[in-house]
Order: sequence, then C-alpha cells, then structure tokens
Amino acid sequence: MMQIGMTLKSAPMTTRTPLSHLAPGQQGVIAAVDGPEGLRQRLAALGFRAGRAVVVLRRASLRGPLHVRLGTTDVALRQAEAGGVSLRAVEPQAA
Amino acid sequence: MKRVALLGMPNTGKSTLFNRLTGSHARVGNWPGVTVDLSTARVLVGAHMVELVDLPGLYDLHGFSDDELVVRHFLEAAPVDAVAVILNSSQVDRQLALALQVKALGLPTLVILNMADEARRFGIEIDTARLEKGLGAPVAPISARFGTGVPDALAKLARVLDEAGPARQASVREALAEDHRREEQIESLVRQSVVVPERLSEQASDRIDRVVLHPWLGLPLFFLAMLAVFQAVFWLGSPLQDGVEAVFDFLKSHALEPAFAAFPPLLRGFLLDGIWAGLGTVAAFVPLIVVFFFFLAAVEDSGYLSRAAFLTDALMSRLGLDGRAFVMLLMGFGCNVPAIMGTRVMRDRPMRLLSMLTIPMSLCSARLQVFVFLAAAVFAPSRAPWVLFGLYVASFAAVIVTALLFRRRFESREPFVIELPPYRMPTLRQVWLRGWGEVKHFLRRATRFIFVGVIAVWILTHFPAGAAPAGPDTWAGWIGHALQPVLGPLGIDEKLAVALIFGFVAKEIVIGAFAVIYGLEGDALAANLAQSMDWVAATSFMIFTLIYTPCLSTVATLRTESKSLSFTALAVAWPLALAWAASFAFYQGMRALGY
Repeated sequence: MMQIGMTLKSAPMTTRTPLSHLAPGQQGVIAAVDGPEGLRQRLAALGFRAGRAVVVLRRASLRGPLHVRLGTTDVALRQAEAGGVSLRAVEPQAA
Repeated sequence: MKRVALLGMPNTGKSTLFNRLTGSHARVGNWPGVTVDLSTARVLVGAHMVELVDLPGLYDLHGFSDDELVVRHFLEAAPVDAVAVILNSSQVDRQLALALQVKALGLPTLVILNMADEARRFGIEIDTARLEKGLGAPVAPISARFGTGVPDALAKLARVLDEAGPARQASVREALAEDHRREEQIESLVRQSVVVPERLSEQASDRIDRVVLHPWLGLPLFFLAMLAVFQAVFWLGSPLQDGVEAVFDFLKSHALEPAFAAFPPLLRGFLLDGIWAGLGTVAAFVPLIVVFFFFLAAVEDSGYLSRAAFLTDALMSRLGLDGRAFVMLLMGFGCNVPAIMGTRVMRDRPMRLLSMLTIPMSLCSARLQVFVFLAAAVFAPSRAPWVLFGLYVASFAAVIVTALLFRRRFESREPFVIELPPYRMPTLRQVWLRGWGEVKHFLRRATRFIFVGVIAVWILTHFPAGAAPAGPDTWAGWIGHALQPVLGPLGIDEKLAVALIFGFVAKEIVIGAFAVIYGLEGDALAANLAQSMDWVAATSFMIFTLIYTPCLSTVATLRTESKSLSFTALAVAWPLALAWAASFAFYQGMRALGY
C-alpha cells in the first residue's frame, strides 16, 4: 500500500487516478464517475460528483472494500466500484 | 381521509419518525403494483385524518434498485395528497437532490430535516427560512429520535394539506426529464442556506471506527461481538421459550386433558396433539423472535451492522453474499426463523433470497438437541464432542456449497456502495417497537401454515383409525416403508423414516418421536437406539437430519418472507437433495471402507 502511495505522491497533478488506487490517508478531487447507470446514480446520490473532495480513511483487509469520506458522508465501496471514480489532484491528506 | 407518503434516503431516520408518529398502531399491508409490504398507520394531523405510508428508503426516484422501483410504482399507482420528504440535516448538501425530485413531481411537499441535533454537533448551520423560499416548500427541522420539532412539523403538514388539491398519482418518468438544471439548483440552494465547516472536527465515531474497523482487530472484534449477541439472545430467549412450553404442557395436563376426558380418543388426540400442539409450536417462537429483534434493532440502529458488512465483505463477496448475510447466517445457528426474517435488512432481492436459501443449513439449537441425544447414545463420551464438532463443520460446508451453487441464479443487482452512518445510541422505544412489530408479523403470517402442517403430521401418524400411533400401520408408517428404496441406502430404516416425518414439524420433536415409535424413554431409548444402529448409520442419520427439509416454522417463514411459492419449493427440495447426497456419500463410503 505504501508503495502505491509514494508513487502517487510524486505523480504529476494532471494525471487521473482511480479511487481504488489510493492508500489510506490520501485524498483527491473527483474528476469523473464512470460505470453502469445504476452505479453512477447511486454514487451521485451519496455525493460522488465531479469537483468534490474524497478521502480514503481505510481499506478492509483481504482486498476488501474501501472506507471513504465525502464531506459529512462516510461510504464503504468495493474496489471494483471505486475503480470507476477517477480523481485529479491526488495528495496525502494534511495531518 | 388524506394519504401522505413518507419518503427519504436510507439512514435518514424515516422509520424512526414513522414509529414516533404512529406508535405501535402501524399495520402492514399490500398495495396494488407493489411487491413488498408497506407499513401504514392513521394519524390525526391538524383537522385531517391521515393515512401515513412508510415507503422504503431510496436514493433516487430514477433508481434501479428494488426499493426504488417500489417507491416509483407506488407513487404512480396510489393517489397521494402530499409527500413528506425526510432528509438527514448533516447531509443536506447531497440529499436536497431527492427533495427537488419530489418537488418536480408536482405533489404538495413538506421537507423534514431530521437529525438537526447531530448536524449542530457537526457545526452545520441551515437557514430554514431561506431554504423554504429557495425550495418553494415548507421545511421543518426535527429530531425523530428525541421528538423535538415534531409537533411543529405536523402543524406544517396540516397547512400543506389545507392547501392541497385532490389526491393524485404522479408520473415519475415524465416529471424527472431534465436533471441538469437540478444540480445547479442544488448548488445555489446550498450556497444560500447551508453553512458547512471547512474541516470537520474529529467525532466520537472516528475514534470508535479506528478500533472497530482496525485492519487486524476488526474481524476478531466482530466475531466477539456476534458471539456476545448470540449468547445474549439465546440465554435470554431459551428459558423464555422453555417457559412458554411449560405453560402449554401445564394447561394441557391440568386443564385440557381432564376437560376432554369424556371425548372419543381420536377427537381428543386431534384437539390435544393437533390443534393444541400447533398453538404451542407457534407460541414457542414468540420469545425468541422478540429477543432476537431487540438485539438486531440495537445492532442496526447503532450503525454497527453496516460496519459488519464492511469487515466481512472480502469473504462474503466470493459467495455472492455480503456481510449482513453473514450476521443472519450466524444467528441462524440459534434459530433459523428470526434469522430469515432478519434478512429484510438486505434490500436487494436476489441476495436476500440467496441468504434465505443458505440459512436453513445452519445447525440450529433444535437440531443440536437431537444430535446431543444421539451422539451420547451411540458414541463413547470421549468421541461425542468430536461428532458434534464435525456436524458444525458439515453445516458450514452445506452453507458454502449452497451459496456457490446458487450465486449465479441469485446474482445481486445492486452495487456494494453503502453508507457508514455515525454511531448512534439505539433508543429503547425503537428497539421495543421493532421486537413486537416482528412478532405480530410472524403471528399474522405464519400461524395458519404451521397449524395446518402440525395437524397434517398428526393425521399421518394417527390414521387409519385403530393403528398404533406412529406405528407401521399408520400412513406415516406406509410412507416410511415406501421410502425404503430411497432411504435404505443411507442406513435409515422405516422407524427412523417416521421420526424424520415428525421432524418436519420441529427438529427437536425427533427425540420425542423416537419415544413414541420405540415405546421407550430416556436411558432405555438410548440403549435401544445404540443397539439398533451402529455409528455409521447414526452419523448418516444425523447428517440427513442436519440438512434435510427445514422445519415447518422455517418453511412458513420462507414463504411469507419470499412471497414466492416456487422459491419456497426450491428451499425445501434443494436441502432434501443435498441431505440425501451427503448421507449417501457418507454411509456408502464408510461401508466401502469396511466400517
């Protein structure tokens, strides 16, 4: 996990990163949400909209789901679903 | 009478508000065009008598989930006078979308901002007056848990109803054509009337999550918590269950038997062993269901259930299930009936059906009684615990095989994207209402089915008239005899087959059935059983008893919860087939190895 975190930190700001690649503590700004309509709709209703910031709080063990936070909403989603959310301006969360 | 639909996203406290407004007077009803039960209740709102309908939680009126379809079909089929949309105040910024969708339907609308107290703690400020103007609908901040603001909300609802035209249906598809403008509208509404702090201060929930969802500690803590809940449910529930049974026995021997003494034996048997026993079977489940749902409501309301789903998802997703199914499966090891009712927390129908199919495989306490008795009778004291352990392993294996085989047929349609709400203290009132509500539901829906089944088994084991009860000359005896070509290869003889027919009513009855069939009790019965079957035959019989058709009450619950006869038939036929295959493999395998 840390490995990924380090490489992302040094990645240029313009690249887009899937939410599923973020390590705990990292955050980014949503650039786009892709996927089947039902999934996009659900994500939108939970606050996944372009321009909003999202933080990864933790990942469940055994390649389980991610626990992320958007504003005041905490959401758990599987890696596959998180793969459709692409982020820009990824950075480690300020302490 | 006016009709008001209560509508909101999941985790907004919609049902809490509904329960607060209606107390325990809600009833569950069917609606045309809608496949699930909806709770309704009559409430006096100002001068209006209102029928309040609690619609399932939804994220989007356009949505594809089962619950979203239910809400859409309801609004399109049933005329309503007004809609009350309930939003979580801390999340108005995203939930306003739903309020705007409802507004767009053109129905008179009241917007209720629930959890106003929690939002204040987050430092979120909402200018209600500005929001009202921007939305063009009255807005009422409340706390459904504590009841603050509720009278004011009702007064506002009364005013909405005063001004409302005649009740009408909505055409959801047409009304929600242009979504783009709505997003801009939300943003300007939020900018005008909501202040969200730049960075949220650390909340108690964050500190709890750091422990409870810890990468290594999370799962062990979850198992400990579930073990504690399991023990609590059955330590509280089992003595109560025994108490109910004792009362029924006492009434039977002290009041009914003397009263019916003069009746002909067959009629007396029908009244006592048919009708009274049927009543007793239903009543024995009441304490378990109440206690189970007290705890389930507490776990659910606290916010831990969705954490359990998060923790166990990596394991369960491979079986086509999720963590909530896992919780119910564990509870099934106590009693299948409340566990199957509990699957209602899963909102996706295919996944719910899949977990309902797996739960009857879990070794419930009734089956444990049979196994403890048989293992003690047939095995040496040092071996018996290992036999029980092996049966638990077999039970898990049956669950896994069932899930893997049927996961394609019951493939989940919903994405695994769930909210993890902040931890909240469950209120006694909520927990209490849930427990009794579920019991009423069980009694209303399952009683007749269980009754008919108990009486049918009584008839099978007592007719034709004159045959010794449960003897070879009864219809049950004939069936046992006719089944020998099928059951013989499993080492199950005619007498054991009759015991299995009894076991259909309730698994624990199997021991009582032995007593009737062999005409012996206690140690004498155990000694006779040990003589009449060796350990291979006994184990084969136990494997069959573990898996074969769920007990009558479980089947009744499967039917009422799935509302599908074909699913119920599958849930009876599949375990029978699996039980036969497993027992056959074991019995013939052991015999082939020379045991």
